[in-house]
Amino acid sequence: MELIMAVGIGIVTACAVYLLLRGRTFPMVLGLSMLSTAGNLFIFSMGRLRPGAPPIVAAGTESYADPVPQALVLTAIVIGFGMTGFVMALAVRMYHQTGSDHVDGFEPVPERRPEQGP
Amino acid sequence: MTLPIIILLPLLAGTAATLLLRHRGFSAAAWAAALPTAASLALLADQAPGILAGEQFLRTWRWLPDHGLNFSFRLDGLGLMFGFLILGIGLLVILYARYYLSPHDRIGRFYALLMLFMSAMLGIVFSENALLLLMFWELTSLSSFLLIGFWTHSPLARQGARMAFAVTGGGGLALLAGILIIGNIAGSFELSAWFTARETIRNHPHFNVALGLVLVGAFTKSAQFPFHFWLPAAMAAPTPVSAYLHSATMVKAGVFLLARLYPLLGGNLVFEYVTTTVGLTTMVFGAYVAMFRHDLKGLLAYSTISHLGLIMFLLGLDTSMSSLAAVFHVGNHATFKASLFMAAGIIDHECGTRDMRRLGNLWRQMPQTTVLAIVAASAMAGVPLFNGFLSKEMFFAEALDLHDLLLLEDIAPVAVMLGSMFSVAYSVRFIHDVFFDKPYNLPHQPHKPPRYMKVPAEILAVVCIAVGVLPGYTVVPFVDAAARAVVGDDLPAYRIALWNGFSPPLVMSAIALGGGSVIYWLLRHRYDLHLHVPAHYTGRLLFQHAYDGFIGVAGRLTNWMENGSLQRYLALVIAVFLGLGAWPFMEYGLDMGEVMPSTPAPPGVIVWGAAMVGALGAVRFHHTRVVAVVLAGVVGLAASIAFAYFSAPDLSLTQLAVEVVTTLLLLMALALLPHPTPPESTRRRKARDGALAVAAGAGVAMLSWAVLTRDQESIAWFFLENSLPLGGGHNVVNVLLVDFRGFDTFGEIIVLGIAAMCTWMLLDGLRGEGPVETPSFAANRMIFAVAARVLLAFALLVALHMFLLGHDLPGGGFVAGLIAALALIMQYMGEGLRRMLAHVRIDFRLWIGGGVVIAGLTGLASVVAGLPFLTSGTLHPVVPLLGEIPLVSAMGFDLGVFIAVLGTTLLTLTSLGQVHRKPSMTEEDGQWNS
Repeated sequence: MELIMAVGIGIVTACAVYLLLRGRTFPMVLGLSMLSTAGNLFIFSMGRLRPGAPPIVAAGTESYADPVPQALVLTAIVIGFGMTGFVMALAVRMYHQTGSDHVDGFEPVPERRPEQGP
Repeated sequence: MTLPIIILLPLLAGTAATLLLRHRGFSAAAWAAALPTAASLALLADQAPGILAGEQFLRTWRWLPDHGLNFSFRLDGLGLMFGFLILGIGLLVILYARYYLSPHDRIGRFYALLMLFMSAMLGIVFSENALLLLMFWELTSLSSFLLIGFWTHSPLARQGARMAFAVTGGGGLALLAGILIIGNIAGSFELSAWFTARETIRNHPHFNVALGLVLVGAFTKSAQFPFHFWLPAAMAAPTPVSAYLHSATMVKAGVFLLARLYPLLGGNLVFEYVTTTVGLTTMVFGAYVAMFRHDLKGLLAYSTISHLGLIMFLLGLDTSMSSLAAVFHVGNHATFKASLFMAAGIIDHECGTRDMRRLGNLWRQMPQTTVLAIVAASAMAGVPLFNGFLSKEMFFAEALDLHDLLLLEDIAPVAVMLGSMFSVAYSVRFIHDVFFDKPYNLPHQPHKPPRYMKVPAEILAVVCIAVGVLPGYTVVPFVDAAARAVVGDDLPAYRIALWNGFSPPLVMSAIALGGGSVIYWLLRHRYDLHLHVPAHYTGRLLFQHAYDGFIGVAGRLTNWMENGSLQRYLALVIAVFLGLGAWPFMEYGLDMGEVMPSTPAPPGVIVWGAAMVGALGAVRFHHTRVVAVVLAGVVGLAASIAFAYFSAPDLSLTQLAVEVVTTLLLLMALALLPHPTPPESTRRRKARDGALAVAAGAGVAMLSWAVLTRDQESIAWFFLENSLPLGGGHNVVNVLLVDFRGFDTFGEIIVLGIAAMCTWMLLDGLRGEGPVETPSFAANRMIFAVAARVLLAFALLVALHMFLLGHDLPGGGFVAGLIAALALIMQYMGEGLRRMLAHVRIDFRLWIGGGVVIAGLTGLASVVAGLPFLTSGTLHPVVPLLGEIPLVSAMGFDLGVFIAVLGTTLLTLTSLGQVHRKPSMTEEDGQWNS
């Protein structure tokens, strides 16, 4: 379980970073949102993976998952939404203002013929 | 208290008054500068009798004692002599400048800068704390920069100012490093502590490094070879500045520093060798070059370099008489050189040129100036009856009396002779070329200089004679006190007098005078000096090369990094972080921990597979934006399931709710942005980004793997044990949020609120007008609206449930807020967002503010009760239907969180939902609306 978790976080991070480096605002914001998910999973996994042991105190229960990373990640998830909203608003505003949704604020002049994408 | 007043008077009163009075004419500004200076001088004079009697004052005011920096001041013989020079010559320069500057010059600025410099210089000579001294030291470099560049329109002035600042400022940095090293060894930055710890410091292995750094500081400031080149370049300054800063005071700061530190450095062999060698080289070199300068000020500049070298040489020698000669010559040089500069300024002012090849025969037009220039030049050459003669005699005596200096012992007498003859030669040239030789193509007929412009130079000339004839009645007490401050009280019996009987120094003086005159005659008549073309200034050229090189490299680096592409910046940032992250792996390697990982459960693998498909698919299909949004959503949902599986129900709920609102948000934005994404990345760009992405992913995966396979030590047990007794709740995550880490949460909802406000403000002006279509995502809005209405009540009930029970079971303000927001937003979408908002007129910003205020007030309630902020009290009433409700005061706080989160989510979504499409967008672009 630990292995696929670690690999999974890695793959999501890689995909997020790739999207983050795109030139248009929308994929970039998508990458940012995905990166927060990866980051949250990473921080959460710092408390180790313990199935079936929610940190809700009950008599007779001895095994609990670590509540500290959970509390940290909970607010991070919500803040992540606030951030995505803000960056998205920035992108929309920039598009209205400059007429381009390129992160640089203007349409790039292609140096070379781009590959044919999907 | 006197010393700070002496320093601060010019700084505060002087600068303020000159700036205030600058519109009242030149004289008013000059008076405004002169009066504070005179007041400082009077205060200093008041202290003089005590100091001359051998007293010394130390005063300390604490400033930053933890860093060793204090307002500590010291007044002793050395400081007294320098203080008199700074203030006395300063006063004369103020008078001189009033007539020198032209009506176009900004006189207020000039005097203000001069006052600033004066204060800084006084600060240097009165500082007891080395760091304080350094501060003033750099302030002199700075004010010198501004004064050299006073004529900002002149490229030469700007270049000279830059050069002076780079060299002296750079030297100041070296000095700072040296001071820090010595201060570290001594454990204090007070000079007296250094002197007490003299042996400890000198035996420390780092002492030689510190010594070298301090010497670099002193040599750059005092224009010693090979750092001398900034001084001739600084001659682009107005002449009063040259007279004051670049002959009488600032260039003496390096000498002063070494004299001040003499009790620490004196007698050290390295110090002695380096200082004497550098001083002697500078002396001969400067004097030689000075003979060939055609510019009056250029000649004086190199002559100054030469004399500074002489003083440096004397100071380096390990005898107390040489130190006495050094401080004596400091005073003598200041007087005759300042008056020579003033004479040069008068000549320039009245003839329009400083070129000695063109000047000539001026004794007819300016007899008085001629006389005072002859007096000062004679002092410079070392002619008997003038002050320069006395100190030069002592210099000769010292040079003949060297011992234990190996090679230098043989070279020094010859070098000294040569330097002195050159010195005589350029002095003769100054007088002969300007006042007696034939003029050539003068710009205009020389005027008579204004009466008072000559007064300062005359006063200085009188001082030269008075000291030269009657040293015992004029300067000897001051020189004696200054020398005692340098070398202590072990000064042998000595006598400074005009006539010391026939002695080798007297013979040397005679040879120098005769030989120097012959050299000039030969140069003028056999070599034809006026046709000499000065060689390129090598030091200056090297500096310029280095300077241009640095600027060039910095420019190219900046251009490469800052090409305006945000993508490149981000790639660089990521690359840097990758490097930093890889560092520990390089050092410690990657090894798995000791805990065996568990086997993946089949359902887990399925969810994992879905997430991977989502993430990779989002990358693969990111050009088709709506597909990418959906695929990215899969990742979020998988994360939610992972949270649930690994015992984090709160996170699972929050993630689920956030995933839904985020997807909504992205889809709304999609309608407002053009799409699909055009394919524009080159193959190379894709490869670069791919490499960065893979490296980042691999790094994070390895880090997670390394952690997940290791045992855990956590602070969790404290919270698990105390959640119920202290926080009154079973759900530890919630208790952490609203109680243990309540302050943190308080900050987070504020941040959240700010983000939402920013979103709202960013979209200001884009709302309302233009084509706007509320996204409904439903083929039939009617059905959607009905369904939403039915769901509303149910969803709100769930939210309430989550909220009330959050302290004991999964839930809480965050989740409840998100669910309620979702229910309401669905309602809006069903009804049509704009119509709905027009009807209801709710200001969500007030909700955010209200939520924060409620949370804050709850926290404050405990303060009123005398407990720390956000301490909670508990009550567990049993309510019919709901069962036992954990009623804690933290619930008030959670209510605040709930309202703030609700407001935030709704504000973010509705602001985006109200934005009209950009008019230029085609119908095709907006197709996702329908």
